Amino acid sequence: MIKRNRLGLYLFAAPALALYGGFFLLPAVQGLRYATTDWDGYSPTFTEVGAANLTDVVSNDDLFRNALTNNLKFLLVVVVGQTLLALLLAVLLAARSRSSTLLRALFFLPTVLSSVSVAFIWKFVYDPNFGLANTLLQAVGLGRFQSAYLGEEGTAILWVAVAQIWFHAGQMMVIYIAGINQIPAELYEAARTDGAGRWQQFRHVTWPMVAPATALVIAYTTLQSFKAFDLILGLAGNPPRSSLDVLATRIYTTFANSHLGYAAAESIVFMVVIAVVTILQNRAARMAHR
Amino acid sequence: MTRRVVLGIYALLIVVPLVVIVGGSLKTTPELFASPFGLPTDPTLDNYTTVLAKQDLLRVLGNSVLVVLVSVPATLLLGSLVAFAVARLPRWPSRILFGIFALGLAVPAQAIMIPQYVQFDRLGLRNSLTGLMLVEIVVTLPVAVFILAGFMRTLPGELFEAAEIDGAGSWASFARIAVPVSYPSMAATAIFLIVMHWNDLLYPLLFIDDPDKRTLPLALLDFQGEYLTEYPLLFTGVVVASLPMIIAYAFLQRHFVAGITAGAVKG
Repeated sequence: MIKRNRLGLYLFAAPALALYGGFFLLPAVQGLRYATTDWDGYSPTFTEVGAANLTDVVSNDDLFRNALTNNLKFLLVVVVGQTLLALLLAVLLAARSRSSTLLRALFFLPTVLSSVSVAFIWKFVYDPNFGLANTLLQAVGLGRFQSAYLGEEGTAILWVAVAQIWFHAGQMMVIYIAGINQIPAELYEAARTDGAGRWQQFRHVTWPMVAPATALVIAYTTLQSFKAFDLILGLAGNPPRSSLDVLATRIYTTFANSHLGYAAAESIVFMVVIAVVTILQNRAARMAHR
Repeated sequence: MTRRVVLGIYALLIVVPLVVIVGGSLKTTPELFASPFGLPTDPTLDNYTTVLAKQDLLRVLGNSVLVVLVSVPATLLLGSLVAFAVARLPRWPSRILFGIFALGLAVPAQAIMIPQYVQFDRLGLRNSLTGLMLVEIVVTLPVAVFILAGFMRTLPGELFEAAEIDGAGSWASFARIAVPVSYPSMAATAIFLIVMHWNDLLYPLLFIDDPDKRTLPLALLDFQGEYLTEYPLLFTGVVVASLPMIIAYAFLQRHFVAGITAGAVKG
């Protein structure tokens, strides 16, 4: 009876395992194979190049290095900016009230939009001639701060980071609110009895107690920053110019230019970069909360 | 006081661009440029008729609806079956099964899209909505399994054993007990999947060549080349693509927050 039931349970998992194995795990393994070839993606023949693609990606590819630099800049700004903003909003909205429920709903709203929609909204904010940002600066007499935003060579990617933060800060705020609401009220009472002010309560109660939420927010934001492919294509066009190229768009462009084997090698390095960044962040997060 | 100022400023940062977009979709390009923040003086639906007629947007909308209608229930069914097995199997088989799916959480789609492209192309599943549905199901299965198994594992085993002693098989205890009691996490997962599948650009961009088979985000991306700086038309596209999600969000707000956050927490 029990044995038969167990067999039944394996049958339950079988359809999903077959699809996931066949169309997710298998391609992941095939990717390793393609990475050792110079295949263009459609010719019947190709040449084995061994590790040459991988060594080129790592040591001899200015386009890839540029995309990596942009991606890390983007990541840094988004992780720091979005996490701090989300925490600030969560602290301000953690207490239940009619207005805080409404504001939470509003701040979360951009998350349900598509990345392409968000990209078009921000394309207009940043338009150098007619955009909201420059129009507003002009109107309040700060015209000298007007900028070309996405057209600025060095800082373009940072303006994309601002759009990304607008897009997802509300989502991270919700995670923080859940974390804050789990903190026992007695801790705050005890802190107040000890004469702690609001900043000290935050510093010694809230901040250490939301450590798990912070770890979660940072891990998720990191993965999101590496996936910000849609937002960049929507803002910058396809293919994006080099000041807005990130790893995901670089892989896609390489592939679209019929260098499939090389793009597969870039994908492998991409995975390694994500793994390394994630490990470093876990360490840093643990230290920051100590 | 400071609290009000900070919240007020951020609220404006969210609301103003959205109002400008909706207002802008009712303006002509010169009017938008002359007064981006103002309400439309002479609202026009011309942008909507242009976009709907020229871009075959109703068809595109239909494609998006179709993809979501098939891929979301399918992912939910496949994912909950796995989750049930994870919850009911003995320790080690359960861990292994769960681990296999958890592996997929760490792999972003961009890292496997290239071999997937080759594979779907060879099987004749590229440039087809069937292939698109299939790939959306496969790449979101790990998250669905994660959320659902996380919930089903917390259910007491006696709940199922009682049913099974009564002679009900695994299927009955899945369909009549596990699924109904998992309703909140099923709803959350469903919402997460709807948002993911509805908004996905990567796979449509990679797989779909035929204009007739485009989904909304892909059609929207094509606007960019065509309308360049004709913002009112871009905004109209944004409104058409976002409205279904915003309406759903207005009514199912709590489920949206739970679902998207669960996806974030687990994904």
